[in-house]
Amino acid sequence: MSAIVCTDLCKFYQQGDAVIKGLDHVSLEIEEGSFICISGPSGSGKTTLLNAIGGLDSLDSGQIAINGERVDLLGKAELADLRLHSIGFVFQAYNLIPVLSARENVEFVMQVQGVRAAERKLQSMKILQEVGLEGMEDRRPAQLSGGQQQRVAVARAIVSQPKLVLADEPTANLDSQSMEKLMAHFRELNEAHKVTFLIATHDQRVMAWADRRIYMEDGRVTRDELQ
Amino acid sequence: MAMPVAAMSRLAWRNLWRNYRRTVIMLLAIALGVWAMIFMTALMRGMVDDMVQQGIVALPGHVQVHAEAYRDDPSITHSLPAPGKAMLEVLESRQVIAWSSRIKVPAMISSEYENRGISLLGIDPEGELALGFDPDDIVAGQFLTDAGDGGVVIGRKLAERLETRLGKRVVVMSQDPGNTIADRGFRIVGIFKAELENREETIVYAGRDVVQAMLRVGNDVSEIAVLGHDYRTPEKLAADLGDAAAGFEVLSWLELDPYLSTMMKVMDGFVLVWMVVIFLALSFGLVNTLMMAIFERVREIGLMRALGMRPSAIVYEILVESLMLLALGLLLGNVLAVSTIIPLKSGIDVSVVAEGMEMMGASSMLYPVLQWPDVLLANAVVIVLGILTSLLPAWRASQYRPVEALARN
Ligand SMILES: Nc1ncnc2c1ncn2[C@@H]1O[C@H](COP(=O)(O)OP(=O)(O)OP(=O)(O)O)[C@@H](O)[C@H]1O
Ligand SMILES: [Mg+2]
Repeated sequence: MSAIVCTDLCKFYQQGDAVIKGLDHVSLEIEEGSFICISGPSGSGKTTLLNAIGGLDSLDSGQIAINGERVDLLGKAELADLRLHSIGFVFQAYNLIPVLSARENVEFVMQVQGVRAAERKLQSMKILQEVGLEGMEDRRPAQLSGGQQQRVAVARAIVSQPKLVLADEPTANLDSQSMEKLMAHFRELNEAHKVTFLIATHDQRVMAWADRRIYMEDGRVTRDELQ
Repeated sequence: MAMPVAAMSRLAWRNLWRNYRRTVIMLLAIALGVWAMIFMTALMRGMVDDMVQQGIVALPGHVQVHAEAYRDDPSITHSLPAPGKAMLEVLESRQVIAWSSRIKVPAMISSEYENRGISLLGIDPEGELALGFDPDDIVAGQFLTDAGDGGVVIGRKLAERLETRLGKRVVVMSQDPGNTIADRGFRIVGIFKAELENREETIVYAGRDVVQAMLRVGNDVSEIAVLGHDYRTPEKLAADLGDAAAGFEVLSWLELDPYLSTMMKVMDGFVLVWMVVIFLALSFGLVNTLMMAIFERVREIGLMRALGMRPSAIVYEILVESLMLLALGLLLGNVLAVSTIIPLKSGIDVSVVAEGMEMMGASSMLYPVLQWPDVLLANAVVIVLGILTSLLPAWRASQYRPVEALARN
């Protein structure tokens, strides 16, 4: 059985007289442990799709099931729990809580999950080192560059090894060396722990890491190719 | 899932100090409000306390024993015998500080020029002083020396009205139990002053033994006045005396002076109203502060929701933040209130405005009274109403939809 099944997803935005199609009858099946990149021009619906799968946004129609459970039918609290325990998010823009340091941001989700302090510290220090932020653990987001902030967000998304990682432009602010390192790290998690990755990106070099590439345009899936 | 208390509390604390200036201003506002609640209450309590205590000195005592009909007709026919064994047991017990039996009858006093109706008090000066008569109120001459003293002590105003003075003789006239006129000449040995002009004009002190002989009543008296430890709770003493003095009327000052006791009760309600009114003024600032804090943080709240915080966790965070603000403000306000009240324990001179207050029975010194239940009430009002008023902003914050909040600029 597939990990994620999207059936006929529609999300329209009314903008004056025009209707903008965020998602236009999108159907997808995503196997557990896949490593997928979603690409397409700006405004093609990548973020809208990731948000829908993560239960952040409501749909106009369609169904989403994760491991057989209908996500689109869950209440706010259940959706929150699902995100907390099973999904790691990297958002396109605003990612970090400004009053928490890099390490506290990484630990935040674990802390809410109830992971003990010593264990949290161990995990967060390790992951921050892996994404190349050693020595910056105590800095607040405002004291980090865009790329560094992005890496903190990535660290937070993967630190507790969720089943599914939804990453929206995780490499947007990274130089190619950092990008390659990060992708290698994703790949390693994917292979070692069967973490499913869904990555929205414009970057051809990121696309190269994927098993499966999905292209979107005007809210529709135009191409879907396996590597 | 359990509430992430530690994570949310840390966030709340950090967020509180994010806009340092706004938080400090709000803290000062809360502290000032709490100070006003406690300080003004202490002043009001002091004022009422003063009136009550003056009233008790005038009565005197916390509890009084009379013959059943005495209060309707305070003549010597309605007298009671000297206390018996059962009553003495209560009167000599530890719950009594002082007691005295007195005669109190209507009488007429005459000087060579004038005469006036008065209340003649046959007293034992020692007992009277123990019940609260202030020897400093004697402005000329001296107080009676003992119950057999043949002199009288009259008020300043009465002396004026009778056109008489210290050392002069006056005649006091009343009726004995057989309705026969009983009179006696007395020398004025002392003149007293009182806060209430009416007392100066109508009260005349004479020796109890002398008055008993004049009225031909043997050892009978009009009343037994008893002073307990705390005027706020005279009920137990009254009940014990009531058991011991069957057939007589035993009443506490609460019943003897309904005006004062009502005033004391009304005060409790008034204090609560006062505190709530101050809080209402504060609440606008509080809600405004929280709303601003939340509005500045919409994206962050969206992010937290997206990361898996339930709406209830957001409500909790905002409430904790508000609670921290309130608690700090309370701490500051309590310290401020206590440290401004304690140095004023020795009294505030309000003689400038005392003229008007004498009418209500207050003296020209105001002693603030700090009561812990009042402090507790102020704190409870701020915490309880503070949380209630924070609920709306907190709930609003929790209702942001994650995507929309995240997209907000
Ligand atoms: N809240 C909204 N109201 C109106 N239109 C919206 C809203 N959110 C998204 N859209 C529109 O939906 C379409 C899809 O947006 P989406 O953010 O999914 O694109 P994207 O593929 O992620 O683009 P990018 O590569 O720039 O991130 C766009 O045309 C966008 O303008
Ligand atoms: Mg996007």
